[in-house]
Amino acid sequence: MFARTIALAIAIANLAAFDGAAAQTANQPPDTMAARVEACTPCHGNKGEGTSDVYFPRLAGKPAGYLYNQLLAFRSGRRKYPPMNYLLEFLPDPYLQAMAEYFANEHPPLPQPAPSEVRKDVLAQGEQLASSGDANRNIPACVSCHGPGLTGMQPGIPGLLGLRAAYISAQLGAWRYGTRTAKSPDCMQLVAGHLTEADVTAVAAWLATRPAPANPAPVPKGTYALPFGCGSQPN
Amino acid sequence: MVSKLSITLFAIVALTTIAHAQDKSSDVIARGEYLARAGDCTACHTAPEGRLFAGGRPMPTPFGTLYTSNITPDPDTGIGKWSADDFYKTMHSGRFPDGGLIYPAMPFASYTKVTRADSDAIYAYLRSIQPVNQKNKPHELRFPYDNRQLILGWRTLFFTEGEFKPDPKKSAEWNRGAYLVEGLGHCGMCHSPINALGGTSQSEAFKGGLIPMQNWYAPSLTSNREAGLGDWSIKDITDLLQTGVSMRGVVYGPMAEVVHNSLQYLNDEDTRAMAVYLKSIAEPSPPPPASSTLPTSESSLLISLGKTVYDKHCASCHGTQGEGKPPHWPPLANNQSIEMQSAVNPIRMVLNGGYPPGTKGNPMPYGMPPFAGLLSDNEIAAVVSYIRTAWGNRGTPVSAREANELRSAPLN
Repeated sequence: MFARTIALAIAIANLAAFDGAAAQTANQPPDTMAARVEACTPCHGNKGEGTSDVYFPRLAGKPAGYLYNQLLAFRSGRRKYPPMNYLLEFLPDPYLQAMAEYFANEHPPLPQPAPSEVRKDVLAQGEQLASSGDANRNIPACVSCHGPGLTGMQPGIPGLLGLRAAYISAQLGAWRYGTRTAKSPDCMQLVAGHLTEADVTAVAAWLATRPAPANPAPVPKGTYALPFGCGSQPN
Repeated sequence: MVSKLSITLFAIVALTTIAHAQDKSSDVIARGEYLARAGDCTACHTAPEGRLFAGGRPMPTPFGTLYTSNITPDPDTGIGKWSADDFYKTMHSGRFPDGGLIYPAMPFASYTKVTRADSDAIYAYLRSIQPVNQKNKPHELRFPYDNRQLILGWRTLFFTEGEFKPDPKKSAEWNRGAYLVEGLGHCGMCHSPINALGGTSQSEAFKGGLIPMQNWYAPSLTSNREAGLGDWSIKDITDLLQTGVSMRGVVYGPMAEVVHNSLQYLNDEDTRAMAVYLKSIAEPSPPPPASSTLPTSESSLLISLGKTVYDKHCASCHGTQGEGKPPHWPPLANNQSIEMQSAVNPIRMVLNGGYPPGTKGNPMPYGMPPFAGLLSDNEIAAVVSYIRTAWGNRGTPVSAREANELRSAPLN
């Protein structure tokens, strides 16, 4: 009897709370992730498609695991970019996960690649490195991890399409100088450590010229084996 | 038979006693953890990606960089060899157990008010956590501040040792609030003006000030023209402290840290007590605002540009009349933090945007976009001037130079 009274009281209290909430929704922001991530849009675009600023990356359609890892790294300061570090500092894990999934599930069309400003032989060198790597210098091909279509692999490997050369080159530089790091074994730091500045320019330029593939989605986990261990993509 | 029974009974009694003792000590530890939350110890004593309370967090100050200390129970590098007496004396008098002077970045001028029983509970909690063997990093202070003897002068000027003394003329709730705000909460560390010597005088307590190095303005808790809570309802104050958002405004910047790490964990009674106390210290008669340094014709042009910027970028969330959609999209009309004499916070919010903290009561907060990349210095100054003067707001216009200077303010 006592328990039933309590249960009834709780039910009534819930109803009252529900009524109150319903009355308030008219004057409340939309209860959506789109409204919650508006702080991201001046730099990353309304659907994560990127903006005219070449240093701000596209987020849309990247694997949620990759995006979540980046949000965690920005929050802790492991990946350094003060405007991002500041925005995320006091946000809890489940919320960052929800943000990652939101942008992973957005699929605005990939942009038309901009005509490259570098010489043809530089582009050819970039294509060579990205497609075949350079075994003599311990440089694996980009496609060996980021996929034959460069669309990435679930859950942790990002696609490399729809990014501008300036952004790719800045990130490779950050890996080389250690201002961008990831979970050990930090595969990208190892790879970038073998690249020269000329390599970086060439690879970034070639990647930025790639047209959108028919299916830009990251391939499922385990579609192909990675050439070496990677902390961001546990087996 | 009899003896067997008595042994069994004895064993049961003994076990019960042990269990009882453990219950009691786990209660003390739980209370200590709660109080350590109220004191926000973790904000300084845990480094980003570091182990809990192992210290090592750099604290930039105008005098150089301090590194926080390891307060885990590790005997060699932490406080494992400290007694409860040592811990109390450190909290209470701002001296290490060997008598050495502690830099006043550690808020001992507030913690001195903590009772012995509460200090013992925090001590018991700190004894119970995982010890971490991590040596303290030496401070990097410039000459002459690297001479700890200078702290003696600071102490003479700014430190009054002594536990909190309840005011018998006030309610128990008010006194509890005062104890938390003035003691463990150490609110005065930011919400009081800091003078050139890095100190705060008693008469200036809670009157607001620019936080050194961070370039955020911690508004006065006593002036209703700033963050004085005299005309706030108790519910709005407790909402702000517990969830980070309220019908009157939202916390960002350093206060988001305080809500995230500390205040959201306080129970309803303590939060309410703090609200009652904070509401009571607001002074009724506000001083008149300082007059603007901008000539009138220049400021009216600025404000007219500001309205254009506002209607394009801000009105969709904050409303054409600055009414917002509180609590998540804060109102700007009749919002003290927009109108107050220092325009640092509204300028920084427009430049850097921000998220309120994710809390139990508001786990998925709405964020304000950063406009540093979209708006020029002049547009920033214009829109801030507009929101400070529109809809009956009584703030003053700001200049493009002020906006420009804050572009380089540190973000973390």
